[in-house]
Amino acid sequence: MIEIRLHGRGGQGAVLAGNILASALAKEGRHVVAIPSFGFERRGAPVASFLRFDTREIRQMTNIYAPDCVLCIDPTVGRAVNIFDGIKDGAYWVQTTAKPIAELQFSEKIATVGLCDAVGIALDVFRRSITNTIMLGALARTTGFVSLESLRAAIEDSAFRDAGLGQNLEALERGYHETVVHHIERRVAA
Amino acid sequence: MNAILKPKPNFIVCDGNEAAAWAVSLAQVDMVAVYPITPQSSLVEYLAKFVADGRLKAEIVDVEGEHSVLSVLHGAALAGARTYTATCGPGLAFMFEPYMRTPGLRMPMVMTIVTRDTLTPQSVWGGHQDAMSVREAGWIQIYCETLQEVLDTTIMAYRIAEDHGVMLPVNVCHDGNYLSFATGRVELPDQAEVAAFLGSRDVNWHAALDPERPMAIDPLTGGAGGPGPALFVRYRQGQCAGMQNALGVIEKVHAEWAERFGRSHAPLIEGYRMEDADYAIVTIGSMTGAAKDAVDAARDRGERVGLAKVKTYRPFPIKAVAALLSGMRAIGVVDRSVSFGWNSGPLYQDVTGALHASAVPAISFIGGLAGADLTVGHFARVIERTADLARGAAASGDTIWLNEHD
Repeated sequence: MIEIRLHGRGGQGAVLAGNILASALAKEGRHVVAIPSFGFERRGAPVASFLRFDTREIRQMTNIYAPDCVLCIDPTVGRAVNIFDGIKDGAYWVQTTAKPIAELQFSEKIATVGLCDAVGIALDVFRRSITNTIMLGALARTTGFVSLESLRAAIEDSAFRDAGLGQNLEALERGYHETVVHHIERRVAA
Repeated sequence: MNAILKPKPNFIVCDGNEAAAWAVSLAQVDMVAVYPITPQSSLVEYLAKFVADGRLKAEIVDVEGEHSVLSVLHGAALAGARTYTATCGPGLAFMFEPYMRTPGLRMPMVMTIVTRDTLTPQSVWGGHQDAMSVREAGWIQIYCETLQEVLDTTIMAYRIAEDHGVMLPVNVCHDGNYLSFATGRVELPDQAEVAAFLGSRDVNWHAALDPERPMAIDPLTGGAGGPGPALFVRYRQGQCAGMQNALGVIEKVHAEWAERFGRSHAPLIEGYRMEDADYAIVTIGSMTGAAKDAVDAARDRGERVGLAKVKTYRPFPIKAVAALLSGMRAIGVVDRSVSFGWNSGPLYQDVTGALHASAVPAISFIGGLAGADLTVGHFARVIERTADLARGAAASGDTIWLNEHD
């Protein structure tokens, strides 16, 4: 079982991203459950969404406390919450940022980092900073958990409130192709 | 189970609220009345969409509050309609007066409770306190564990409610947050097969608002003297008989569902790894998945622990519970709500009551209130404490609050 925790802010579509990813994984024949964590969150407040997938039935309907992967679709939410809390050794981190990796601080447990200037791409594609579909492309590129084709099909099935289908498909493609993946040398002796 | 399953063409990826809305659409209800309330809101939004799209050919009535929701549907049911609504928490509280009247009028309605903890403290998150607070109102209450069970049970609820031996309203309860908003794969049954399974509605044969057969509905009954007291008792006994009949009907309907649609859900209580268990934990609702994973982990360590999940809570399946659990050395019962009268969980009260004759040592655990998570780790603690009891530790009688130190 792979456990992914999505971090973002209210209004960016972290919950919808979780649902699109769930749909894409289901299209590939995976068992998948995505659970958002929200109540009365407002635009801009930190939100999280939790997604598990497996080749066998998933029974636990709970939040995720020890993720294999953190997908963060906002460049600054990491200052408000510890996005690396409980992260597993050898985990993936997929982050929205315009900064180079040398300027970023992250958990020593991270083995693979995928960086994507999703805000820049979003301003280009949507004229506003909606990063969710871009970062799904970044996730696919960094982790290989899901194919670009399945994500494309899942987005085509989704009803978009804020932007057109064509723009989101373009966003997905650009997220995938413009993500830079870094494999981290272990910095601490085992 | 390691082979990747081939996706079937008839599955959708949706959350529990959407799964319930699909079930209502497949049940081809005639009238829906709604008032939105967190965490139920998206469910009625899906229904409104299905009606607007023409998928569900029903009247949808937007009213000013939950009291009117159920009152409107009373009229519809007495006129012969198959009806649906959903609510939770404060909405259920506001609905209470017509809610109380529904089972006595023997109206076979189906209403989802997207369970939410009750005020106060102010909370918008899941918990069973709303549904548990109305557990003695006379509605059938069925709790779902999975997204698929939400869809399947909501359809089955119409067969159960409309059975002439039952004629009682059914609450299908699905957990706020953990089922209402959890997204996963759900198989959609075929519309024609669901229609054949449910058959034609016949819901007002006993009491009708119909100019062709005028009758007084719910005249004053009871009092002291005359035929009133005995008549009132007969109505109450009829309700109780309907509740007891429901146990068999729920089993029969689940068996027929499994036969027709190939998906089997335990109708009353499910035993998991109970065959050679020394002790057991008892669960209800969506917490059960994490509990099963914790039981598997404990089994791997050599613990002889089993699990019993209650699906049908009202009527309480006393005999089935006693049959499954009376041989246990100890029991840990996990509730997602509080019985203020007993200083324990309400399910604990029911399970220990059912086991009174055999007097199995038991502990009441309460957790998951107001959206708190009940994880595999919490259930590891439940198993540990119940194991201590099974091995002869003295029962303190104290309730254990699982999220007290989270």
